[in-house]
Amino acid sequence: MHKPRMHLLASFDIARLQYLDEQARPTQELPDFATPDTLQALYRQMALARLVDDRAVKLQRTGQLGTYPSSLGQEAIGVGVGGALEKDDVYCPYYRETGALLERGVEIEEILAIWGGDERGQDFQHAPHDLPLCIPIATQLLHAAGVAFALKYKREQFDEPPRVAVTCAGDGATSRGDFFEAMNLAAVWRLPVVFVVNNNQWAISVPRAAQTASKTIAQKAIAAGMPGLQVDGNDVIAVRAAVADAVARARNGEGPALIEATCYRLCDHTTADDAGRYQPKEEVRAAWQCEPLARLGNYLRGAGLWSDEQEEELQRELAEVLELALQGFAERPADMNTAMFDHLYARLPEALLEQYDQLAGQ
Amino acid sequence: MAEITLVEAVTQALAHELQADPTVLVYGQDIGVNGGVFRATDGLQQRFGAKRVLDTPLAENMIGGIAVGMAAMGLRPVAEFQFMGFIYPGLDHILSHAARFRNRTRGRLSCPIVYRAPYGGGIHAPEHHSESTEAMFAHIPGLRVVVPSSPARAYGLLLAAIRDPDPVVFLEPKRIYRAVRQEVPDSGEALPLDRCFILREGTDVTLIAWGASLKETLQAADKLAEEGIEAEVIDPATLKPLDIHAIIDSLEKTHRCVVVHEAARFCGLGAEVVAQINDYAFDLLEAPVQRVTGYDTVMPYYRLENSYLPGVGQIVSAVQETLDYPAGDRR
Repeated sequence: MHKPRMHLLASFDIARLQYLDEQARPTQELPDFATPDTLQALYRQMALARLVDDRAVKLQRTGQLGTYPSSLGQEAIGVGVGGALEKDDVYCPYYRETGALLERGVEIEEILAIWGGDERGQDFQHAPHDLPLCIPIATQLLHAAGVAFALKYKREQFDEPPRVAVTCAGDGATSRGDFFEAMNLAAVWRLPVVFVVNNNQWAISVPRAAQTASKTIAQKAIAAGMPGLQVDGNDVIAVRAAVADAVARARNGEGPALIEATCYRLCDHTTADDAGRYQPKEEVRAAWQCEPLARLGNYLRGAGLWSDEQEEELQRELAEVLELALQGFAERPADMNTAMFDHLYARLPEALLEQYDQLAGQ
Repeated sequence: MAEITLVEAVTQALAHELQADPTVLVYGQDIGVNGGVFRATDGLQQRFGAKRVLDTPLAENMIGGIAVGMAAMGLRPVAEFQFMGFIYPGLDHILSHAARFRNRTRGRLSCPIVYRAPYGGGIHAPEHHSESTEAMFAHIPGLRVVVPSSPARAYGLLLAAIRDPDPVVFLEPKRIYRAVRQEVPDSGEALPLDRCFILREGTDVTLIAWGASLKETLQAADKLAEEGIEAEVIDPATLKPLDIHAIIDSLEKTHRCVVVHEAARFCGLGAEVVAQINDYAFDLLEAPVQRVTGYDTVMPYYRLENSYLPGVGQIVSAVQETLDYPAGDRR
């Protein structure tokens, strides 16, 4: 049978970035930011995120916290992303974000308040421009595009300094229209936004292979007309480097980018889930061999930049930080019951006064 | 001064705010070069540039969602959905985010957004172009729902909506986009939100309607007047929050009430009006409140749409029923 002749219109490559391999050996020269101080700080933040997660799960198990989504095994993504932004940039989180929030200056007590059922936790005292945690899947990606539009608009109309929006979503989110719509708009309008996907291989019980037939999630950027890159999400240096590079490009007016960071969810989806029902034990065991905290820790020890004494000292320091936050959280009184009206509108509409009084009189 | 239509009043209000406030921007599908499918944004892109009056890719969910990020950063986006029938993909962002942002950040971030959409039947449009689902939006805490019914109110209420610090769903009754012309000075004076407008004073019955249904409601009031029945006609204009007290004040005079809307009856806004009248003014009533509404059917294609939309005759009959209550025993 005759095969029609066609000519090649376009072809694409998808690259993967890694600095430390699974045995924590450098695969190439480390980026400039990777000074001993910075690497130790990244290690500290990942250790803190793990500690907060661990305690938050225990608090939930003992009835002191509501449903909580742990980031166990994904600390390099949160910390790597959060650390790549400037203070005035805007982070648009999803919900599995403890590491990134800590990097952005959100207080542990605020994080616990959110999952402890108190809206005041979202009033980030030290990250006043960042969007609140976002529960409906992938919707924050469109908010990030809107934020990026506003930052670009203010730069052009009011001569404000260049700022960037960065947002994160899980691998399940990439099946939603919001993901494609946000990338499409961001590329068409050349918005200063970086989309990060925490590909932890699981959307609750649905594995990555059942989510998409694409070889990578990064390649989905190609259809939108923006660069897509995959990074080793267990390598905090790679995550930080990739995001920092994309943020710099966006800040420079070169448009959006997608970064897929691969890792493994070493925990339940949330405390309301039991991953033992669907995650193969062998797979989990293998994934533990790649986890990000040990990866950086092993590298630092191998390079003579970390010792048992430093580890002990760090754990002592972090435990103190955590205890202080736990104390604040435990002593935090519930909000006034009328708070549910106080911030519903800028000014309480007359039509709601009667309901307000009814509640206040309870 | 030239007289303008309701849709031209929308354009005039948008232009006024684009001129007055550099944080205001307008976006949607076909709203730039084309000026919108109903020409509501006609000439705005030429006047204010493509950086403030923007055509978007075709994705209503995106149109709903980006406004949240824009507004949270201090802009005042005015987003157009081409028809109310296509607003639903954007509903997730309107109700899950725009309506909640202020509350869930305890006032740190807010969403001063106007979501505009032409709505309602009666223009011989294709399927999905004629529905009236204002009650769905009115149900959502944190939103305002505003419906103008004349060029002057379209101008004044849209100014108020854009300046309001909270999200507003602004539903434009497209059947009367060009039905009447009025002098509407470009004064920049907003009309109050959360307030009813009394369009006609009367003592015998209170007629409540909004949007395009006011056309038939006012005609019914004229017809009733020929029979010596003086109807008071109230346009709530802001459907949520509802100014029930203006309605009760009217019932103090009339003791009878008919609510008219072209949306389906079940859980329509008329049900809320009746319930609130029962809460606050049951003792004032001489007769049960009547509802004249669309049927609880799918909005028919246009060959049958006039059979669906409430007509003058139905409104007059409903008034007669309230006057005749209890049946056959006219007091």
